Amino acid sequence: MTIVQRLNARAKAKIHSLQEAFVLAGHALRFIFARPFYWQDLVQQMDAIGVQSLGIVVLTGFFTGMVLALQSAVQMRRFGATTYVGSLVSASMIRELGPVLAGLMVAGRVGSGIAAQLGSMRVTQQIDALNVMGTDPIKKLVTPRVLAALIMLPALTVINDLAGILGGSLIAKVYVQLPVSLYWSTVWDQISNGGFLFTIIPNDFVHGLFKPFVFGGIISLTACHYGLRTTGGTEGVGISTTRTVVAASILILVVDYFITQTLLAVLG
Amino acid sequence: MTTPDEREPLASELPVSEPNITETPPPADDTTIDRRSTERRSDEPEAPTSGTPQTPRRQVRRVRAAIRHELDVDRESEPVQEGLPVIELRDVSLAFERPILDSVSFQAYGGETIVVVGESGTGKSTILKLILRLLTPDHGGVFVHGRDISKLSFEEALQIRQHMGMVFQGAALFDSLSVFENVAYPLREHTMLADDEIEARVRETLHFVDLDPDQVMELSPAELSGGMQKRVGIARGLAANPEIMLYDEPTSGLDPLTTATITHLILKLQRELHVTSIVVSHDIRSAFRMASKVALLSQHHITFFGTPEEMASSDDRYIQSFLGGY
Repeated sequence: MTIVQRLNARAKAKIHSLQEAFVLAGHALRFIFARPFYWQDLVQQMDAIGVQSLGIVVLTGFFTGMVLALQSAVQMRRFGATTYVGSLVSASMIRELGPVLAGLMVAGRVGSGIAAQLGSMRVTQQIDALNVMGTDPIKKLVTPRVLAALIMLPALTVINDLAGILGGSLIAKVYVQLPVSLYWSTVWDQISNGGFLFTIIPNDFVHGLFKPFVFGGIISLTACHYGLRTTGGTEGVGISTTRTVVAASILILVVDYFITQTLLAVLG
Repeated sequence: MTTPDEREPLASELPVSEPNITETPPPADDTTIDRRSTERRSDEPEAPTSGTPQTPRRQVRRVRAAIRHELDVDRESEPVQEGLPVIELRDVSLAFERPILDSVSFQAYGGETIVVVGESGTGKSTILKLILRLLTPDHGGVFVHGRDISKLSFEEALQIRQHMGMVFQGAALFDSLSVFENVAYPLREHTMLADDEIEARVRETLHFVDLDPDQVMELSPAELSGGMQKRVGIARGLAANPEIMLYDEPTSGLDPLTTATITHLILKLQRELHVTSIVVSHDIRSAFRMASKVALLSQHHITFFGTPEEMASSDDRYIQSFLGGY
């Protein structure tokens, strides 16, 4: 096989894989509205994706908020602008760091778990067994995971944002000696100055909640896609897991830029 | 708060064997199988002494004697072939990057057990996937009750599969579910049975496969031995009363005693439930014991299709060399 033929074959395989991912996404989203509903699986997945990720999300949010406040206070002190630490922390956390950090944490913790679980099911013929018993594996396995991620990632992001702003508040009080009330009033000023959608929904919240919703879809679909395509036994499961975390993390960062660009153009 | 003594044992601390799990003793007619598996009977042909060279003619005689012995024991009488075949493969060809099946045809009538044998990589398991409509042929048709299932939509194929049970090579039990939930799965998915009716049916099927429901129902598949997993797999396949049972290497990786028990179970299904079965197997001994007909796959097509008696008496050189390993 010549180099050109090999490149051609690899390109075809990549495009085929991309096509499969889109077909999977289409089926998974369509099945949200089709019977039968696997409520029990949905609740289980919401627990696995959301509740069980609370610890790492709170921890990363809290320390990110603290370090953000610390770094900005050092820089702002030079200009006598330390009173704006709250604004900076809240804007960064709500618009960017909250969604992205929660997304990356969930991609690492949950995405790898989903890929490993579905990959193991694939190599031990459990997916075939579902098919044989007249169950659509996408409806049974993929749709509950995607729906759970779409619901839980925005919820985790809100908690991450709160933890970050609280962490910033602690540093503002201890390190900058900023009154807590002043810190929180600058947080609110930042939110209200960002503008409102339909006069009641702060634009910061639109940024902060739309992104994790998309990231939830990216993580769950990437993990399900690689998990269901697993071949080659336990080694294949490891490869699928690694690919999931790498692809989901990169996609989150790339898509984040484009969402931000679009939302800034639309909302200002 | 739990004290160190109260905590649940870690997986690594649990005993590897199953000291508390006892299997239901096999029925009386099982003893023949079990005894034969471990002891040589007086009328059984003597195994060749290692190191003693055999002439081809002598080897053929030995193989035929062994097969005759197998056919004399524990076999069901031929089911009557009437009406349409339950399963029919008609001139089926399939290729991916290389040919998998080439003009494969055979029929399975109601209550028959067709055992597909052949060398590794000849497309035996592909036949099961075609019958399940997990694959569609490039050419030819796969008919179930006279209906070409290769032309069905995905949703229609799911419905057809509800009338089939499948036992996988590695059992393929759902490891996140208990034995009870595994066997109950097809009932929960496709019937409106109440919980107590489901439990009764699960108990019944576990009894049928000689497992004690009270001892195994709450266990996870990982806590079962290979043979028990296979039996739970058969119970799961049977739970929804399928008309067709498909087995992919049901005895592979099992010790001779468990192999005999699983073979007996497949025969029991044939006798008591008159299920039409397709068995893919490497195990010629079990194949002869359970087959109504044997299909020998070689070079991607069927080189022999007939009764075990016909196969044993065939003078075809390939068949004889295939049986030579028996």
